[in-house]
Amino acid sequence: MNRAPGARTFLPASGASGGRRVVPVLVAAALLLVPLAGSRFAATTLTEMLIFAIFAMSLDLLVGYTGLVSLGHAAPFGVAAYAVALLSTHGSVALAATLPAAIVAGTAAAALIGVFALRAAGVYFLMLTLAFAQMAYAVAHEWAGVTGGTNGLSGIPRPVLPGADLGGTVPFYYLVLLLGGLAALVLARITGSPFGAALAGVRENEARMRAMGYDTFRLKMAAFAIAGAAAALSGALYAYYNGFVSPDVLYWTTSGQVLVMVLLGGARTLAGPAVGAAAVLLLQNLASSYTERWTLILGAAFILVVLAAPSGLAGAAARLGGARRRLRAVDPGAGPLPPAPSEGTAR
Amino acid sequence: MTFYLLQALNGCAYGMLLFLLAAGLSLIFGLMEIVNLAHGGFYLLGAYLGLSIVRWTGSFWLALAIAPLITGGAGFLLEWPFLRPLYRRTHLDQILLTFGFAFVLTDLTRWLWGAGVQSLPAPRGLDQSVVILGTLFPAYRLFVIGAGAALALGLWLGLVRSRLGAVVRAGVANREMTQALGIDVAAVFTGVFVFGTALAGLAGVAAAPILGVFPGVDFEILIVTLIVVVVGGLGTFSGAFWGGLLIGEAETFGKVLVPQAALVVIYIVMAAVLLARPAGLFGGRAR
Amino acid sequence: MDAILSIERLTKRFGGLIALRDVSLSIAPGERHALIGPNGAGKTTLFNVVSGELPPTAGRVSLLRRSITGLPSHEIARRGLARTFQRNNLLFSLTALENVRLAVQACTAATRRLLTPVDRLPQLEEHARVLLDRMDLAGRAPVPARTLSYGEQRQLEVAIALAGRPRVLLLDEPTSGMSPAETARMTALLDRLGREQTVVIIEHDMDVVFALADRITVLYLGGVIASGTPEAVRADPRVQEVYLGTGEGLDG
Repeated sequence: MNRAPGARTFLPASGASGGRRVVPVLVAAALLLVPLAGSRFAATTLTEMLIFAIFAMSLDLLVGYTGLVSLGHAAPFGVAAYAVALLSTHGSVALAATLPAAIVAGTAAAALIGVFALRAAGVYFLMLTLAFAQMAYAVAHEWAGVTGGTNGLSGIPRPVLPGADLGGTVPFYYLVLLLGGLAALVLARITGSPFGAALAGVRENEARMRAMGYDTFRLKMAAFAIAGAAAALSGALYAYYNGFVSPDVLYWTTSGQVLVMVLLGGARTLAGPAVGAAAVLLLQNLASSYTERWTLILGAAFILVVLAAPSGLAGAAARLGGARRRLRAVDPGAGPLPPAPSEGTAR
Repeated sequence: MTFYLLQALNGCAYGMLLFLLAAGLSLIFGLMEIVNLAHGGFYLLGAYLGLSIVRWTGSFWLALAIAPLITGGAGFLLEWPFLRPLYRRTHLDQILLTFGFAFVLTDLTRWLWGAGVQSLPAPRGLDQSVVILGTLFPAYRLFVIGAGAALALGLWLGLVRSRLGAVVRAGVANREMTQALGIDVAAVFTGVFVFGTALAGLAGVAAAPILGVFPGVDFEILIVTLIVVVVGGLGTFSGAFWGGLLIGEAETFGKVLVPQAALVVIYIVMAAVLLARPAGLFGGRAR
Repeated sequence: MDAILSIERLTKRFGGLIALRDVSLSIAPGERHALIGPNGAGKTTLFNVVSGELPPTAGRVSLLRRSITGLPSHEIARRGLARTFQRNNLLFSLTALENVRLAVQACTAATRRLLTPVDRLPQLEEHARVLLDRMDLAGRAPVPARTLSYGEQRQLEVAIALAGRPRVLLLDEPTSGMSPAETARMTALLDRLGREQTVVIIEHDMDVVFALADRITVLYLGGVIASGTPEAVRADPRVQEVYLGTGEGLDG
């Protein structure tokens, strides 16, 4: 069956084909119907999960598909969030205006970081993504006149969309569901396209791809920009959801948290990070009711994930699903991540 | 003119602290090819430990001696049970593990010492200012410059002259070969990692009177250290030293000359160096 | 006749080490040119400089009369010069088919299509299957590259290189590490390639060289010591000295 290389599909190849269809349908039904029936709390929780699911999926395009582990993915997220905050508190409330502007701002931030970080090889890339995102944090922290400094910007009104009252929890949820669903569909389409196949090639062996004739720098830049755009979308929605933006959205812990979501859920599929996002948020909500030490717990979770799970929760579920995978054996020596392109396979 | 010379001295002191951090980081990377993203956390742990030791014993020098031992021990607790099992896996996994520990250390220190900004006064005897070029300059900073230079020399001699240093350099150059020669490379790894984290702790105590101790300084200093090693070249001793001085001066003068853009000065320096020399000023290999 | 690949006074230095000194070579269209010499003579380095993996220290390389000196490897590949690698350099987790399909895709505009599923572009896969068939790998299409036998991986290397319909093909020791049976198979496959592409082949196996080559160039310590027809090279005393001196024979 024709498929983009490496069988990176949206969903993990689980057991019987019946199982493949039932689960997504159930999930879709739940997402559509629960807010109507359930409490405001359910709708709010789901909203937050959807937002971070988009954020995590966007990072997965870089990590799982292109093999670029970014430690600074908070940058497009946070820049877009601040863009929304600034525009909204200065009078611009139409969604049609703020959303595109925020996405452009976030994508530009990602592209700018990409220009420097992608030129660097291997480990330098990692450090540069971290460094530049922290620079964005520092700017947000210090430039109090514009960004509100440590206090951030609060009182962000819900956007105005003709025909809908987005001030309500449920209508806003459906907006997030709509936009999130679109983003997920676009990302899934991209990973199944020839472009997505080329990204997988870069992940597998970048030098070989260059010898084939691919301009791998441009491919990586494109991936960076697309991932940045999707992260910016989630950042913009987050600003509206939260009503308040602080420099924390740009802090390294935010970049780390979304990376945990990707690794926990499994970088090998697009659905995995979405599941990982839900799991991490549930854990956070649970932990926060008992202790303030969420960062410590997150760190412990991070460590556990790196040490233990080869392909994250989604992969584990697929294995429990029963069926043997056809041909695509999981690399026994692999960690939670696919090998970085600069590492080669002979290690 | 005096003003600039004094700022240059300031930059020198800061540069020595950065050198201490960059040296530990570069040593770990040079041998193990891991960027220890928890390095800032060990720095902060050292600073807080220094604070506590001074409070209990009243002696800054005791703190300077003991804190690195404890952070080295903490480094051992990271390396032996957690990092070692990952040596079979990719460097990426190893680096991510250290990132996870960065979370742990940042929250641990917050938990144990609170979220407030604290300060550690310079030790008695060095807590005054001396007259240099007609103006007053903190004696402690002079001490940091002198001690830092001495330490740099000592480390360099240790690397170049001692047998242990030769083993480390051999391991950096060719791990498999060194192992084949019968040297327990895994033990050397542990030793180097512990030494690196001890250096970070030492830097934490030494820097506390100058930079202060508060949550968040771990990543502030980690980023600057990363910039130092990127500029100087990851894995090289000269890179850590000259990179540290360069960035130390750049940030000091940046703050003084262009306060609004102070944040971005060192990033601009890094970007410029990267564009010209992708492997850093002294880096032989662009890994 | 104009040379399709022209190498003029190419020099490559690594610090103090001179890997290539003043190498000049002119390859005619459709020619099959073998590059031989003892280990360390600089043959793979020459390939690396010509294909853009390494920049030259001095000299010029021209492809189809246009200079490609110092261009990045992906640009040179687009201009019609493809190469294989001495050590298998494949996308190991992907299947043989996926490897070749990516190679085919490289020379099309398909990579710009972000929203079209790969299924909707069957021509990529068809072209890939044809190439696999040419290299006798049709039955192994769905097998992950790392599961292929060593000889099959070498064949896959060639299939990938052929994907872009290159004008010039650089083959770096295509039969290295192969058994005699595999070598014979590879030689037959290479012979079947016809003359649409010009082939420059690095080889140690003299049987392969004499079966395929129209002309031979001998490299020694980074410099050309002989170049000409197989008979002329075989009879050249300098060449005999180099091979006798290093203990390797010229007769395979």
